[in-house]
Amino acid sequence: MRETGVRVSALRRTFGANTVLDGVDLEIAPGEFVALLGRSGSGKTTLLRTLAGLEAPSAGRVVVPDRRAVAFQDARLLPWKRVWENVALGLPPSDARRRAHEALDEVGLAARRDAWPATLSGGEAQRVALARALVRAPELLLLDEPFAALDALTRLRMHLLVGELWRRHDPAVLLVTHDVDEAVLLADRVLVLEYGRIAHTFTIDLPRPRESAQRRFAHHRRTLLAALGVELPNPTFEQIVAGSF
Amino acid sequence: MFFRIPRRALLRLASPLVILALWQGLSALGVIPARIIASPATIAATFWTLATTGRIGVDLAVSLGRVAAGLAIGIASGTVLAIVAASSRRGETIIDPPMQMIRAVPLLGLTPLLILWFGIGETPKIALVALSSTFPVYLTLFGGIRSVDPKLVEAACVFGLDRWGLIRHVIVPGALPSALVGVRYALGAAWLSLVVGEQINADRGIGHVIMDARDFLRTDIIVVGLVIYALLGLASDAIVRAIEHRALAWRPSLVRAEA
Repeated sequence: MRETGVRVSALRRTFGANTVLDGVDLEIAPGEFVALLGRSGSGKTTLLRTLAGLEAPSAGRVVVPDRRAVAFQDARLLPWKRVWENVALGLPPSDARRRAHEALDEVGLAARRDAWPATLSGGEAQRVALARALVRAPELLLLDEPFAALDALTRLRMHLLVGELWRRHDPAVLLVTHDVDEAVLLADRVLVLEYGRIAHTFTIDLPRPRESAQRRFAHHRRTLLAALGVELPNPTFEQIVAGSF
Repeated sequence: MFFRIPRRALLRLASPLVILALWQGLSALGVIPARIIASPATIAATFWTLATTGRIGVDLAVSLGRVAAGLAIGIASGTVLAIVAASSRRGETIIDPPMQMIRAVPLLGLTPLLILWFGIGETPKIALVALSSTFPVYLTLFGGIRSVDPKLVEAACVFGLDRWGLIRHVIVPGALPSALVGVRYALGAAWLSLVVGEQINADRGIGHVIMDARDFLRTDIIVVGLVIYALLGLASDAIVRAIEHRALAWRPSLVRAEA
């Protein structure tokens, strides 16, 4: 029934003389969670923006589902609309309020639905942004480093929340991130973007729920970091015996 | 808490009261003759007489009507021009240069021309108010629209707002703080141009009262007229600030004051 995933082939995007995306091929199956890693300036955000329809491809083919939603790194809430009105933005007015309230319930912010965005903490603002994305029942959810600006504890809670919401609503997800642990924790597949192309693809076959202390988690983290050019020192014999890497 | 007058405010009243007392004293001693300026007590009495006999009410209504009509035209045209100029490069290229040029003209100096064009009835007075209130609204709203965060516009587009939805939910509320500042400037300009407009062959209105009083050397009535102008200016500014407080309740400074 839902055959609309993402299909991108030979995507190029140039800004003047600068080639940011140079032949990207990418498929995301319906309901698949894909994380996109890469150094700063590797074109991650440009790829996400292209899928969102915010950038036009210079060349190549991009097929995306109609119902897409984005959560940006800065939550981008309209400061002059109350929390629930931000979530309801662009919904048909007949049941906008009810749907917004449900979505806020789901991200645990029912109590803050009449607050002004200026009074929210960073984590709360991002949860509103997630609610605003989910309320549209997207077939493709685009997350552009949504947790990068949050403190470590809040980020852990957001990881759990996103995993939970993804399981329940089952959209295809593209998560752009700098955080290798985040990618291994959440994604079915991790892509590494380098010089405008997808240089590596890793399938993360760990059972869920995942936990960063698992041994195979550490293995994936190590492999990904190596792909990003960060070589960790080899674990010592004692560490291997203790099972702590 | 908001109704308690702080000590500092009371202290600030001291020197104006001393000046008033001096003025009254010098008038009573005959040092300041009434044909230069009437004493504060006489002015207060005249104010009371004019207010209670109802004579000033009609003139007040006429003046208010002129400002209201002029402001309505000025704010409406300033708004339309600003929206057109701010929403496209072409609009800006067409509208902004002439607006900047006309803005450089001292509008009150246009009065003789306006009289030639519109005669000496209500039209030139309303036109003067309209002209001088158009520019503050145009300038601030244009700046306000241009300074709406493009990231918010982008996010709103992603969430399926069409052009009209974008204007209604993002552009207008985003530009509102600047626009309201513009309206306050416009009010100031409107009262000023009304004063000028009404001093030229008006047969009704506060300005007419003042000019009439000049012919009879009634400095007390002249001052009462000026005080009424000042009160009207303050009152209209207070109204806009009240609107600001309600419409901009979301602003971080106000949100914090509320909490």
